[in-house]
Amino acid sequence: MDTLLFSRIQFGANISFHILFPTITIALGWMLLYFKLRFARSGAERWMQAYRFWVKIFALSFAMGVVSGITMSFQFGTNWPGFMETVGNIAGPLLAYEVLTAFFLEAVFLGIMLFGFSRVPGWLHTLATFLVAFGTTMSAFWILVLSSWMHTPAGYEMRDGVAHATDWFAIIFNPSMPYRLAHMLLASGLTVAFLLAGLSAYRWLRDNRSDEVRLSLVTGLGLGAILMPVQILMGDLHGLNTLEHQPAKVAAMEGNWDTGGNVPLLLFALPDEAARENRAAIAIPNGASLILTHKAEGVVPGLNDFITEEGEVLHPPVAPVFYAFRVMVGTGVAMLALSWVAIGLMTWRRRGADALPRPILLALVPMTFSGWVATLAGWYTTEIGRQPWLVTGLMTTEQAVADVPAPMVATTLAMYLAVYAVLLAAYIGVLFHLARKSGSATPRPDPRRTGLNPIPAE
Amino acid sequence: MDLFGPPELWLPVAFAALMGVSILVYVCLDGYDLGVGALFPFADEQEKDRMIASIGPFWDANETWLVLAIGILLVAFPAAHGMILTALYLPVAIMLIGLILRGVAFDFRAKARPAHKPGWDRAFCAGSLMASLSQGFMLGMYIMGLEMTLFTLAFASLTALALTVAYSFIGAGWLIFKTEGALQAKAIRQARRGLWGVVVGLGAVSVASPIVSPRIMDKWISVPEIFLLAPLPLMSGLLIVALWLLLRNMPLVGDRLSWLPFALTVALFTLGYLGMAYSFYPYVVPERLTIYDAASAPESLFIILIGTVFVLPVIAGYTVLSYVIFRGKATELRYD
Repeated sequence: MDTLLFSRIQFGANISFHILFPTITIALGWMLLYFKLRFARSGAERWMQAYRFWVKIFALSFAMGVVSGITMSFQFGTNWPGFMETVGNIAGPLLAYEVLTAFFLEAVFLGIMLFGFSRVPGWLHTLATFLVAFGTTMSAFWILVLSSWMHTPAGYEMRDGVAHATDWFAIIFNPSMPYRLAHMLLASGLTVAFLLAGLSAYRWLRDNRSDEVRLSLVTGLGLGAILMPVQILMGDLHGLNTLEHQPAKVAAMEGNWDTGGNVPLLLFALPDEAARENRAAIAIPNGASLILTHKAEGVVPGLNDFITEEGEVLHPPVAPVFYAFRVMVGTGVAMLALSWVAIGLMTWRRRGADALPRPILLALVPMTFSGWVATLAGWYTTEIGRQPWLVTGLMTTEQAVADVPAPMVATTLAMYLAVYAVLLAAYIGVLFHLARKSGSATPRPDPRRTGLNPIPAE
Repeated sequence: MDLFGPPELWLPVAFAALMGVSILVYVCLDGYDLGVGALFPFADEQEKDRMIASIGPFWDANETWLVLAIGILLVAFPAAHGMILTALYLPVAIMLIGLILRGVAFDFRAKARPAHKPGWDRAFCAGSLMASLSQGFMLGMYIMGLEMTLFTLAFASLTALALTVAYSFIGAGWLIFKTEGALQAKAIRQARRGLWGVVVGLGAVSVASPIVSPRIMDKWISVPEIFLLAPLPLMSGLLIVALWLLLRNMPLVGDRLSWLPFALTVALFTLGYLGMAYSFYPYVVPERLTIYDAASAPESLFIILIGTVFVLPVIAGYTVLSYVIFRGKATELRYD
């Protein structure tokens, strides 16, 4: 084990932990704004009740996102100094704009959104909610611009081994940016859809049939049923874009070794990189060619094209990309099936959430965090799929790594993993605790809360 | 672009100034909420809730100044960013874990099962201490030119303690400003004791920096600099005396001047910080790398500067708005 591998695992662990929470807060921010606006228009208390329940989860997720995000900004320097030294002229302004246009906006208005309800006029509170949602989305925009640029760099020139910006429009709207951004924002929407549906199903199963739970459940399922087909279309477009700009990644996703036509779609296989073949493959004939080129005889790139004559491997490790891609697609299919069956039943029986049979509700509970699984699997596909490059064609990951002793990186990695494991368990535990606490329609007085002072900082 | 002369000369200075301001704002703002965390063990259950309430709406934005400062270091002086952060690898990791723990403990303590609340309170305090101590340690190592010897480690340990005391002191100042009654009285007592720690810390840094670096010694002791710079230590001394007199007589009738200890502390921090900035200029890595050598390409810096010039006043504006909205004594925090 060496510094490079530990550093990669550490960065991977940090960013994996981090992305869980923005994935929730981006879409949940807009969801809260939606609740608030529906309340403002109808005056129906249930919208505000839903707002009050979900804003707690938003606050907690936001805090997790902020603190894990601070870690990210230091990792560049502690572990990957070569990255900023080579492409800092491009990455720098993008990150700076993220801090300036997003971080402060979110952070300041979050305080007003959370604790200002009784202190500011209603419109200002709604505006604060909007600005927080807008800030989270801006943050996603800038960071995805940078991520996309690392996949499909454009608008720069190299001078003395350092990248210099030549065209900021080309840098920001680099070839993969629109697809990646849309794919990620939809992933956030779906994560929140199933978080809403899953946690509400849990509350419903615990006999909380209040209007607010009903509303969250139906909203979550409806959002999931609408966004999932859009996401499949978007994913397809993103895949075609990757085929054009990063064929090696697509070859790894498809587990295709030799370039050619009539490539089958592998539902399952064990890719063997040493033997350069797949074992135990279950395949649909011509499937990959059809999906990627829309023709049965269409040519799909193969991994063997990305080995230089000196034997240097310039394609990503196959197995992780191959499996991660299948986990993402599989989770997406499950999300599609469940949300459509649920919405179908509700429409057909015309009884709203009461139409949902127990097995559907029970299936929704473990799907609470299905969005996380799919999002992480998707990020692993695309990020591991970029290897061995850090910035495609410009610098490899190895070139950027810091000269820190491996045991030191291993120590901090162990520290981070321990903290993350505890926090993740606590986070999930608290979400279900909050769901239980508001379990009955009439809240039981908590003996600890009947003291003189109600517990502040909800 | 050439309005102020060649951009490769003034852009690094502009960004060094921006970064300096961000760090100073961070030290004052996150300083008070980290300090409140350090004072946590001395409070009872109700006081803890009130202390959290006094920083609740602000801490997140306070920490963003750290992200801005480190972001400017990252984008404007990439070579220095790598050099400093790899040299401080371990304390940075400890600080980050501290910041993670306290940031989430804040939310968890109120949302988790009541039985878990004391645990999260401990995590909040421990995280605040980890962050303060490691920041002080990094400050010490930085002053010592990032050299790792027994002496520099001892000095860094001293600055670690000193900065933690300084944060507790400004934290106590914040509590005097934002709370009342017994909690305020307690904060006044803590501030009285903490003041001595601040004096020791400021003194240690002021004495050690010129001893370690002949260059810094020259910058302070030569004529006419010594006369031009004299107001800096003199005013710091006056501020300390004023704080001492004020704290001895607090609380004043009708809660008069309860904001003053905090304000004076900010002024004191600013003076100390200016002195340090003067000592180290033009180096961003002491004695090794100047801001001119470490700076990014002018065209990239320029594009950031344009954004900053427009956005920073807006950020300042809505930060002030949030402090206005949550003005007055801290009340319990509620979402409704």
